Amino acid sequence: MADLATHGSIDVKRQTGFGFIAAVCITALYLPILIVLMFSFNNATSIGASWQGFSIRWYISLLQNRGFFDSAVLSIVVAVSATVMATVVATAAALATTRIKRWKGQTATILIITSPLIVPEIVSAVSLLAFFSFVAQALGISFGIAKLIAAHTSFCIPFAYLPIRSRLEGMDITLENAAADLYADRWRTFRHVTMPLLLPGIMSGAALSFIVSFDDFTITQLIAGPGETTLPLFLWSRIRNTVTPELNAMCTLLLMISIAFIVVSFIFTKKNQDEES
Amino acid sequence: MEVTVEDRQDARRHLALASPAILIMVILGLIPLAVVIAYSFMVPADYGGVVPKFSLESYISLLFQRDIFDDTLSFSGDYLEIYARTAIFGAITTALCLLVGFPTAYFMATRPKATRNLWVLLVTIPFWSNLLVRTIAVMFIIRDEGLINSILLDLGVIGHPITMLYTNFAILLGLVYSFVPFMILPIYASLEKFDFRLAEAGFDLYATRFQVLTCIIIPLAKPGIITGAILVFVPSFGAYVTPLLLGGGSHLMIGDLIALQFGSSRNWPLGSAFSIVLMVIIMLAVLLQIRRSGQVRHG
Repeated sequence: MADLATHGSIDVKRQTGFGFIAAVCITALYLPILIVLMFSFNNATSIGASWQGFSIRWYISLLQNRGFFDSAVLSIVVAVSATVMATVVATAAALATTRIKRWKGQTATILIITSPLIVPEIVSAVSLLAFFSFVAQALGISFGIAKLIAAHTSFCIPFAYLPIRSRLEGMDITLENAAADLYADRWRTFRHVTMPLLLPGIMSGAALSFIVSFDDFTITQLIAGPGETTLPLFLWSRIRNTVTPELNAMCTLLLMISIAFIVVSFIFTKKNQDEES
Repeated sequence: MEVTVEDRQDARRHLALASPAILIMVILGLIPLAVVIAYSFMVPADYGGVVPKFSLESYISLLFQRDIFDDTLSFSGDYLEIYARTAIFGAITTALCLLVGFPTAYFMATRPKATRNLWVLLVTIPFWSNLLVRTIAVMFIIRDEGLINSILLDLGVIGHPITMLYTNFAILLGLVYSFVPFMILPIYASLEKFDFRLAEAGFDLYATRFQVLTCIIIPLAKPGIITGAILVFVPSFGAYVTPLLLGGGSHLMIGDLIALQFGSSRNWPLGSAFSIVLMVIIMLAVLLQIRRSGQVRHG
């Protein structure tokens, strides 16, 4: 491929200026994040742009902040619950919609499962708000954080479903047939053959679900009741009135958690692709 | 093909397997949307919520203003203007993302295989990173006391800070910054599979670099470009956080107007009507794009 691509003395792949645009684009994507990160270590008492020396005092003050701690716990509870439920349900749905003879309603099923991806988040947010208030009024009950977990599960499902489905599509069905030939029943085939092969897809889907839930702001902000403050909501409440680098420390921590899960998902996705090719 | 008893059993088993997901999506996706549609035809209650009485008032007030004294309707373009502004922002954002995203994706796709993964990871990280945090990061940079202004002031290029925050420029910058990875990755995915022998054939026929790009590479990357355009246009048209933080409330987009109706304005039916119109516009735009891509493939 490489030798084919070099055409005499000219490189057929080259397009003037594209490398420059790519470099500027990637730099621009990371520059604001890196500056937030850098100034989270600033030993200053205000968010100004002057550098006063290295310090981790803002991280310490953040960890001692009761409100931060409580919202971190709520965020983790919601994200873990939503991830577990979304991943289990999405795995079942992915098994039902791949590698088999098409069944009636299969296309409709896929469409329904992936539908949150084309609905703008603000519309999902207000519709969930209207829905929960309608049900709460009709039944006279309040949901508490159950409604956060339910809403997060619903918008995490497509993100868990897609990587699992693509893993299943690339999987060799003969292995399962071989297990069936050796008198393994359906459950044992699934447990000992399908499941281990599917695991990278499931991990990648679960990691994406966790990020999407953990980072969600718009939907959570509209449906959360008083006191139900997740980390993004806590950050939001502090934007206007925090003037210390503690805000930068908060942003940095949130970002680091996202990045950790993105890298996990990325590694598992790559594993999928490498095994397929 | 003959449908056997086993096939029917299989279909039932598969439906059972998929049913929890379908059920959740219907209860928490489709039914809430139906509630919004129903609410848009009702009357607002005093403290949020609705009074279950049929009314077209919300849709009428999208275009008209009712005189509080004699109840007559007069045309009012205020909301229309916000829709138009949102559409313009969405379109410009999509165009700018394409302008920056295509060359970037092309550059990534032409790297050696080993370094390509690293580039993909570099774009994947912002793709999934916390949007609120990234928007705050942009805010820090373009504030009056932010990095850009401090550097320019220190260098003596400007005498007093340039106001960038809370302007249309800030919103556009924020939208492009937020969504450019959504353009890069799909285009990269379609360019990665590109067979460069086709470009070579073009050069053999004395095509210039620009002709190879516009006549061979771009047409073949079209599916990726269309997917990218949809992925950028949909969230920028429905943007809520970006204009709220970077526009400072004076430059509303439709997403903020919807949230406002469900929040302090307490007019849920009007907010519902705004949402339905927004959904319809987005669906039409997406359908149009998909149709166009279909035509390209067949023609």
